[in-house]
Amino acid sequence: MLKGKALVIVAGGMLGLLGVVLVQLGNPPNMGICIACFLRDISGALGLHRAAPVQYLRPEILGLVLGAFGTSLVTKEFRAIGGSNAMTRFILATISMVGMLVFLGCPVRLILRLAGGDLNALLGLAGLATGIAIGTWFLNRGFSLGRAARQNKINGYLFPVLIITLLLLLLFGSSFLFFSKEGPGSMHAPLLISLLAGLVIGIIAQRSHLCMAGGIRDFILSRDTYLLYGFLSMLGIALIGNLVTGSFKVGFTGQPIAHSDGLWNFLGMMLGGWGFVLLGGCPLRQLVAASEGNTDCAVTVLGFLVGAALAHNFGLAASPKGVPLAGQVAVIIGLLLIFATAYFNSKVTAAKLSVEVSSNVQGD
Amino acid sequence: MCKEIDARGLSCPEPVLMVTRELDRMSSGILRVQVSNIAARENVTRLAKSKGWQVEDANEGENIILTLRK
Repeated sequence: MLKGKALVIVAGGMLGLLGVVLVQLGNPPNMGICIACFLRDISGALGLHRAAPVQYLRPEILGLVLGAFGTSLVTKEFRAIGGSNAMTRFILATISMVGMLVFLGCPVRLILRLAGGDLNALLGLAGLATGIAIGTWFLNRGFSLGRAARQNKINGYLFPVLIITLLLLLLFGSSFLFFSKEGPGSMHAPLLISLLAGLVIGIIAQRSHLCMAGGIRDFILSRDTYLLYGFLSMLGIALIGNLVTGSFKVGFTGQPIAHSDGLWNFLGMMLGGWGFVLLGGCPLRQLVAASEGNTDCAVTVLGFLVGAALAHNFGLAASPKGVPLAGQVAVIIGLLLIFATAYFNSKVTAAKLSVEVSSNVQGD
Repeated sequence: MCKEIDARGLSCPEPVLMVTRELDRMSSGILRVQVSNIAARENVTRLAKSKGWQVEDANEGENIILTLRK
């Protein structure tokens, strides 16, 4: 059984490999796997938004949840917990999703875009690292959303059961789902292959606790490189994969499902990165934790779905043509809201923390 | 001397931050840390080992007790 660094390196590498393979099998370019884009497509498939090119019930996400859920049952790590400021998490997730859809991708796709030679993703990476650094600064000043408490087991099963329901709708071709006829939503690998790839990702991500924001965060906090190895291994394997398949095209312009507005690539991902740190992990990690019974993370995933719906219903999301004015305004409002959330939750807990630590740290 | 930290129900990286703050104040001794999930167990263990502390873990119900010694 793989352990420690080897495990996270294999997990990251597998994610990078599947990212490249799924594109070869039909997923959109540089989007073999993207948690933000795929949740947006699911939001569209359910009719929460009506942006015709981005609607599909992505089986990768469904498989990922089932893989992580099944693994956590086998390893007895499944725990129904929740009650740590679910509403605040919902809002943070909604805001982060808008940031990600202004950049056009989550941290997983950011790496896949870099590995495909899309230099716009470098600005996204700089923004992600900046957002994570700001979030970490607040963590060091006592930011906390508070403790989660144990819940009755049935509550932890709700999220996996919801996902199984969606899978049944997909498998039996429910007529009220929306599927794109053209655009990124229409591009997808065969259903069962996507589902299987998702299962594999769910299993390895559950075992390794892979988190694309945690790598940079832990390095800033304590020079801990564990999760960073997963990040780098994913980049390395995806880069090799793209070179082998001839999908590596270096440059800023003409990159698939991307725009070249550097400022907004930076600010969008800065908003995302800041949100991920306050939420305790990137969208991939939130999905895995939700599958392991964390109902706060399940609410966070619902926040992502609603964020995607808002982004498309209100014309905030970017497209290859660029970032609409409304999207730019939304990112600025998002940054203000997230600052307020970080500031007020740090201050309150900082004052409380001095009492709590003294009562938790008892000499004997 | 034995100190205790209750990091149950806190999400990453808060348990690690609490333990870091405490270890920075202790040059040696025993620190007992209660956590409630595997990620926290592994993160705290990795941190403590990197600072030269020995780590033992034991399950107590659904929680995990880490005993850090130096």
